[in-house]
Amino acid sequence: MAAAGTESLRWNLAEEVGVSGCNGSGSEEFHVLAVDDSIVDRKLIERLLKSSSFKVTAVDSGTRALQYLGLDGEKSTSAVGFNDLKVNLIMTDYSMPGMTGYELLKKIKESKAFKEIPVVIMSSENVLTRIHSCLEEGAEDFLMKPVKKSDVTKLKDFMVKGDQAEKGKRSSIKRKMDDDILKLTMPPTAIASSSSEVEDQSSSASHSPSSSSSSPCSSPCKRTRLQ
Amino acid sequence: MDRNQSHRQVATMKQSLFDQGYLDHEQFNQLEELQDDANPNFVEEVVTLYYRDSARLVHSIEQALEKSPIDFNKLDSYMHQFRGSSSSIGAKKVKAECSLFREYCRAGNGEGCMRTFQQVKKEYTALRKKLETFFQLARQAGPVDRARRPK
Repeated sequence: MAAAGTESLRWNLAEEVGVSGCNGSGSEEFHVLAVDDSIVDRKLIERLLKSSSFKVTAVDSGTRALQYLGLDGEKSTSAVGFNDLKVNLIMTDYSMPGMTGYELLKKIKESKAFKEIPVVIMSSENVLTRIHSCLEEGAEDFLMKPVKKSDVTKLKDFMVKGDQAEKGKRSSIKRKMDDDILKLTMPPTAIASSSSEVEDQSSSASHSPSSSSSSPCSSPCKRTRLQ
Repeated sequence: MDRNQSHRQVATMKQSLFDQGYLDHEQFNQLEELQDDANPNFVEEVVTLYYRDSARLVHSIEQALEKSPIDFNKLDSYMHQFRGSSSSIGAKKVKAECSLFREYCRAGNGEGCMRTFQQVKKEYTALRKKLETFFQLARQAGPVDRARRPK
C-alpha cells in the first residue's frame, strides 16, 4: 500500500468528517476506545497508546463501550456514518464477563453509525478458531497479550483505510486463515504448496503449528500478527 | 559515587529477579520503557494496581474454594484474570502457577486446585516482597539518566 495513497485518503477523510486534531502537516491525534475488564491491563494499554500519541478513552466493559459510543446519539443524516465522538479505533479484550469482545465487535459491525470504526481484539489465549471468528466478523487484527509497543505503533495503519481497502485486506487475511485451518486438519503429506496469496511469510510461519498435529492451542506462537 | 552505587544495586537486583525467574525480563522492560519524565512512577503504579487486584482475586478464589460443590467455572474465570494481570506485569512464576491451577480446574480436581492455590499465594507473596524491596531501592537511588537504558 503506497504511502502516498494513504496520505491522500487520510486527507480526504479529514475533509469529509472533520476529524478533530487532524491537519495537513500530518500531526494527527487518533482517538482509541480501549475496552478491558482488567484494571492492570487498562492502565497498561492506556499508557501504551498515549506513548504513541493516541488519545485514549478506557472503559471496563462492552456495555460501557456501547454506552460511550451512543452518548451523542446516532446521526442518521450523516453521509459518512462516523460518530460525533470521533473514535478512530476500538481495541477490546476478548474474554470479558457479560459481553465478550466478540459480542461487542458484532454489535459495532451491526451498527450503521459505527461499523466503519476498525476494531482490534486482544487476548491472552491463542485459539485459532477464536481468531478466525473475530476476523470473519470484521476485526482488523487479533493481538496476543501482553500487548507490546510494536503492536500499538502499527495500529495507525488501521485507522484511516477506506472501506474498500479494508475489505480487500480482510479477504486476503481470511484466505490465509482458511489455509492455516486447512493445514491443521490435514495430514502433512496431503498439504499442497502454501497459498500464493500469503502476504507475510513470517507471520504465516508463526501461527500455524509446525510439524506436530497437536491442538491449535498448544502452538508455540506468541502472537498472531496477520499483516 | 554513591548515586552510581545505588543505581548499580537496583540494576543488580533487577537482574537477579530476572535470573531467578520471578520476572519476565521482556515484559518488565516493556513496562520500564513506558516510564518517562511525565510518568516517572508508571511501573510502580501498575504494580500497585496489580497488588490491589490480586488481593481481590485471592479473596474471591478462597471463598469459591470453600463452597461445596466447587464452582469450577467461576474459579477458572478468577484464575484467568489473575493469570492475565500477572502476565501483564511479567510475574513469571505466579503466572505459571495460575496456569497449573487452571488445569486442575478444567479437570474438576478440587484437591489439586487447593494445593496449587497455596503455591500461587506463596509465589505471589515472595514476588511482592522482592518488588517492594526493589521499588524502595529504586526510589532511594533516584531517577536514572535515561540516555540509554541498560538491559
